[in-house]
Amino acid sequence: MIDLTTQYLGLELNNPLIASSSPLSKKADTVKKMEDAGISAVVMYSLFEEQITHESLALNYFLERGTHSFAEAATFFPDLDHYNVGPEEYLSLIQKIKSSVSIPVIGSLNGISNAGWVRYARNIEQAGADALELNMYHIPTDVDLAGRDLEKDYIDLVKEIRKQVRIPLAVKISPFFTSIPYMAGKFVQSGANGLVMFNRFFQPDFDIDTLDVVPTLQLSTSNDLRLPLRWTAILYGRIKADLAITGGVHTVEDVIKSIMAGASSVMLASEILEKGTRRITELNSQLLDWFEKNEYQSVRQMRGSMSQQNVSDPAAFERGNYMKALTSFDNRILV
Amino acid sequence: MPREKVTLDANEAVADIAYKLSEVIAIFPITPSSTMGEWADQWAGAKLPNLWGTVPSVVEMQSEGGAAGAVHGALQAGALSTTFTASQGLLLMIPNMFKIAGELTATVFHVSARALATHALSIYGDHSDVMAARSTGFAMLTSRSVQEAHDMALIAHAATLEARVPFVHFFDGFRTSAEVNKIERLTNDDIRAMVEEKFVTEHRERALSPDHPVLRGTAQNPDVYFQGRETVNPFYAATPAIVQKYMDKFAKIAGRSYQVMEYFGAKDADRVVVAMCSGAETAEETAKFLMNKGEKVGVLTVRLYRPFSVEHFLKVLPATVKKIAVLDRTKEPGATGEPLFQDVVAAIAEGITNGTAPFKTAPVIIGGRYGLSSKEFTPGMAKAVFDELKKDTPKGHFTVGINDDLTHSSLEYDADLDIESPKTVRCVFFGLGADGTVGANKNSIKIIGEETDNNAQGYFYYDSKKSGSVTISHLRFGPEPIRAPYLIRKANFVACHQYSFLERFDMTRYALPGAVFLLNSIYGPEEVWDKLPQEVQKDIIAKKLKFYTIDANEVAQKTGMGGRVNTIMQTCFFAISGVLPRDLAIAEIKKSIKKTYGKRGEAVVKQNFDAVDAALDHLHEIKYPEKVTSKLTRRPSVSDAAPKFVKDVLGQMIIFEGDELPVSAMPVDGTFPTGTSQWEKRNIALEIPVWDPGTCIQCGKCSFVCPHAVIRQKVYDPALLKNAPATFKSVDAKFKEMPGTKFTIQVSPEDCTGCGLCVEACPSKNKADPSLKAINMAEQPPIREQENVNWDFFLSLPEVDRTAFQPTTVKNSQLLQPLFEFSGACGGCGETPYIKLVSQLFGDRMVVANATGCTSIYGGNLPTTPWSQNKDGRGPAWSNSLFEDNAEFGLGMRLTIDKQTEFAQELLKKFAGQIGDSLVSEILNADQSTDAGIKAQRDRVDALKKKLADNKDILARQLVSIADVLVKKSVWIMGGDGWAYDIGYGGLDHVLASGRNVNVLVLDTEVYSNTGGQASKSTPRAAVAKFAARGKGLPKKDLGMIAMAYGYVYVARVAMGSNDAQTLKAFLEADAYNGPSLIIAYSHCINHGIDMRRGLDQQKAAVNSGMWPLYRYNPALVDEGKNPLLIDSKDPTIPVSEYAYKETRYRMLLQSDEARAEMLMKEVTNDAAKRWDLYKSMAAIEYKAKNPES
Repeated sequence: MIDLTTQYLGLELNNPLIASSSPLSKKADTVKKMEDAGISAVVMYSLFEEQITHESLALNYFLERGTHSFAEAATFFPDLDHYNVGPEEYLSLIQKIKSSVSIPVIGSLNGISNAGWVRYARNIEQAGADALELNMYHIPTDVDLAGRDLEKDYIDLVKEIRKQVRIPLAVKISPFFTSIPYMAGKFVQSGANGLVMFNRFFQPDFDIDTLDVVPTLQLSTSNDLRLPLRWTAILYGRIKADLAITGGVHTVEDVIKSIMAGASSVMLASEILEKGTRRITELNSQLLDWFEKNEYQSVRQMRGSMSQQNVSDPAAFERGNYMKALTSFDNRILV
Repeated sequence: MPREKVTLDANEAVADIAYKLSEVIAIFPITPSSTMGEWADQWAGAKLPNLWGTVPSVVEMQSEGGAAGAVHGALQAGALSTTFTASQGLLLMIPNMFKIAGELTATVFHVSARALATHALSIYGDHSDVMAARSTGFAMLTSRSVQEAHDMALIAHAATLEARVPFVHFFDGFRTSAEVNKIERLTNDDIRAMVEEKFVTEHRERALSPDHPVLRGTAQNPDVYFQGRETVNPFYAATPAIVQKYMDKFAKIAGRSYQVMEYFGAKDADRVVVAMCSGAETAEETAKFLMNKGEKVGVLTVRLYRPFSVEHFLKVLPATVKKIAVLDRTKEPGATGEPLFQDVVAAIAEGITNGTAPFKTAPVIIGGRYGLSSKEFTPGMAKAVFDELKKDTPKGHFTVGINDDLTHSSLEYDADLDIESPKTVRCVFFGLGADGTVGANKNSIKIIGEETDNNAQGYFYYDSKKSGSVTISHLRFGPEPIRAPYLIRKANFVACHQYSFLERFDMTRYALPGAVFLLNSIYGPEEVWDKLPQEVQKDIIAKKLKFYTIDANEVAQKTGMGGRVNTIMQTCFFAISGVLPRDLAIAEIKKSIKKTYGKRGEAVVKQNFDAVDAALDHLHEIKYPEKVTSKLTRRPSVSDAAPKFVKDVLGQMIIFEGDELPVSAMPVDGTFPTGTSQWEKRNIALEIPVWDPGTCIQCGKCSFVCPHAVIRQKVYDPALLKNAPATFKSVDAKFKEMPGTKFTIQVSPEDCTGCGLCVEACPSKNKADPSLKAINMAEQPPIREQENVNWDFFLSLPEVDRTAFQPTTVKNSQLLQPLFEFSGACGGCGETPYIKLVSQLFGDRMVVANATGCTSIYGGNLPTTPWSQNKDGRGPAWSNSLFEDNAEFGLGMRLTIDKQTEFAQELLKKFAGQIGDSLVSEILNADQSTDAGIKAQRDRVDALKKKLADNKDILARQLVSIADVLVKKSVWIMGGDGWAYDIGYGGLDHVLASGRNVNVLVLDTEVYSNTGGQASKSTPRAAVAKFAARGKGLPKKDLGMIAMAYGYVYVARVAMGSNDAQTLKAFLEADAYNGPSLIIAYSHCINHGIDMRRGLDQQKAAVNSGMWPLYRYNPALVDEGKNPLLIDSKDPTIPVSEYAYKETRYRMLLQSDEARAEMLMKEVTNDAAKRWDLYKSMAAIEYKAKNPES
């Protein structure tokens, strides 16, 4: 009997496939469909610090602007009784999802400032979330902002969130730290039970005809797996936290690679968005087939088998391997 | 249940009662009654039950006529029904009112009484509307104050059920309807105790029902109609007593006692004033003041005006009265006197005749007019009336409150008479609409009214601009009841919330000696004194004012409040005024902020809290020297170069001193000169666009979209630059028709509103720095004077010869002089660019019929008008008739032009001998399709006039007098969607069907914009609007499709932000088409809840989503064998939601009721898709050329 169960943030999961934070969790029906298709947990779409603030200020601005300026029109809109500009809608969705599915539901907070919004973490816990994922996404543009100061802010934020909740906490990190293992260790020391690798930074593009900066959103491909794969393999066994890979998991091979690197679970979004929830069923079934064909008994057995600690050539993950990779290109140069 | 004290305005106080006592409420927006309907709609949306536990059905109709019809039907079917209206709205209800009264049907129409449109429209209060309805058979009950309006609403509803006579309950528009005052709110128990269920049942039993069928509404003949009409007499006879019965009952319940005819004053008064509504309250307070001085005076308030009870009237009138002055707030030209005067005269005559009068000899009775269009009626004016009665032969048919130097009807009065209690604190605040001053003051008055034992009153004055509007708030509070329905003239506290007002208005004249003057200053405490104009310094010193400043703008910027300094100034007001202990005041402000903004999110509350907390650190009391030190003086209201009428008359209105103008200053028939907005120079922009010639591609788009016509372009001879100011910019022109010329884009710095639409429209980016375009916003103050000089020089350059090129491209069209400029429309308005374009293309030969609405307000509200003239004195001739009749009004203009053209052509032939056959033939066969052709025709008509100059023949004189019609005229019928889709639709349909050559321009904002965004039939499904608070559930009416169905109407749907060239083409084609044309123009609007600067992007998104397909339907193409329908936009490329959710009107539904929003979004997406498919299939139909032989 092949055992696909795994443990992530102390949660018992039926298999390693988790729906990552994405629009897939915006509707309870979709989450239910994913559960039926075999997803083992769902990470909610992110509650954004800026979005809450922005929506609130924008709504107020447009409702107020121009009012009481003109004798015939004191206002321009009916004043409705209630607006979902705070976290209430998000929280009630968590409750709704929790009542309709039995898989673990992981809330997601996205922000950077250590301000009042961190109490939403507690709200998420109270709404019934089984765990919380903290997504820290910041693009520094200030030349006077030192990396160490920013890192301290990140760490302080994790500590603050940890204070707010008792449920397990995962931190979704970016791959752009000078020393990922150091930061990973700090996050764990600060209270993270798991690390999710990595945040996908939406890279803007240029339109050279209109001279505009164009925001782009591209779904991931399997090629994107390499980066988290390497760092998962490096971190596995070195920190006391569960690891999850997100971004680039599309095929059963991607799932297997991730587990072998040390991930206790993999997170999918692009693949489900593109191909629908049936893809979850397919991947689970392909996973079983692969385990069977290759005589693996369980995820636990496979997990970390290709981590840096365990592989025969640990340097493969390090600088020397970079030299090898470059050399491999030398032979293809045509001039 | 204890009654709560609430601080609200009369509209809300009245709607509260009407809503609770109704089952069916039919509404239609009209100022100043609109908010009564809005409250009813909002409460129904919130499922608030009426007295009997059910939620009334509130339905918006297409007009007040429709609302009255619906109420009539509802009543006939047995419902308790009501409506709210004013002014022309009440006139539209009159036919049904006769019916409702004739059928003895119980109802109450609540009317915030307002002036009627005569020589001019006015939104302000007087009794001309209700007086026009006094013959309908409705009883008329009046209210003098906010509390009374609340109470009388209940008395009217209770009395009508027993009396069976329907009621109009009226109170003064604005003065009472919009005055915020502390009142005692009646409880449901109070209301229940007043209404007798027996009469409710009887009302229902009279209903039409197939279960006990009757026939009502018969046609009757000479044999019985008269007798039938007299059957109602007992009901009318009984009504005053019934009303008094309910007033007495009310007194027992609520403790406030009212009489149908109520006398206040000396028992032995020899002089009595008779009045109604708020004027009676002022008269009563003045009588009290005079009685304290030993005068024997009194005031008789007519509470129940119809049926006019002679018995009650004579009963309360003191037997000692010798002279009576009757005050009417209306004018009935040609009558023997105004209506109330006539009633009083008749009542006393009757009383003397039948011996019921308390005196044998008739007192002297004079009548006078006061307070038309909310003209102030002050104690000084009331005293003038009492004083007039002291004279041996007091003046009859007098006026008071104005200076009638024409027919000398006016009474002199003491403008400074102050009878208010010294315990009442009076405060005046000058603010901008945009800075939130009025909102904050409403809030302050609520705090004072509800959190202290003080009585409190707030009244708010607005100028008529929609951008940069000036507001003046008048707040009173104190321990004694506030019975002062007039503006504050002497204040303990004067605040100026905008520094720029110092150079425009005299604000310290309001300050009492020793009063506080609080200034929001851009200068610090050290330098502010020397930055005040001399006049202000002088006044501060002379009156020993306590002078405080705060840089509220800096606090607002730091706390993210933008331009809204409201809560900051409010905090300073509380801190200085001491009405509450400082900490308590701040706590109350914060409580109120939380209450007002809490549901909009914590960030909003925090932002306001931060502003409150930061305010007091920036507040400074200024110690000033005892001598004037400033070199600055206040600016004149208009430039010295302005014409005399502008300087002497309009200029006074501009600086809020129009009240001082005498009757002789005004035109006799409401006719005003055009081209006057150029003198107003409101100087409201903080930033203005600055042209970068090096980046400019001379496309004309910035000028094309400018809502205020402040960006102009000219092409001219390089030699003219000889005397150009040093900073005047020019480049070589890129116009092939005019080689070797120079080109300039110039901005008028003091007319610009700083909306930034031009920058958004500019397609050309600076290659080295793409954040810059060919036109960029820059701070106005540093370049104001320099650009004024450049603007004057630019104006001195000749306008481009319009015969030298064709305006068929956007670029070329912008060389034409706009004859619609510097309107007071909202900054970034989506309507005015279209109007400006029409004025550029056809302005020198166009006549405009303008429906009431935004267009008529920014187009024709005094003091100035944006409609303008060219150097030849030609320009659009403009008029506004009403809201509902605009299409017919424009058709009338066309009919005249057509008739006179025909007549002129007939006369041309008759006088061909003298004129010359060739000139006649040339005139008759002129090609006037281009500006060159029109110019040539004008020359011919001039020649014709010269040839007939000496001909004394009557018909020759007639020909000369109408010869100008031989030059092609363009008739434009303009208005918004409220007019075209709703109230004016029947007329519009008929006019389009007439086949006549009129051009209809519908500025479609998809709501009633002018009255604050009520839903029209143009409102799209899923959008939130007033009267559609849950998001409109039904799709937008397709007006274009209906018009296309005629087959001979030119129809275009345009959105200049999406396709300016298509817009231009449509306007040119519409004018060229010899038949009716309809252009429906997408007009982004402040009512959409968008960043107005991105209005053009929203237009583009509307088109790209399929919500606003662009097309032209040109019937002329059918003759060419072509399909008349040309779709000018591409297949939708973005989802409807992507367009819609950028607008608050859609988004707020998503934020409040996501499930409904999603459902409606799905449906509106479907609406758009279906319509697109339909248009596509219509456009794909193959047409065959007409067979010439068939």
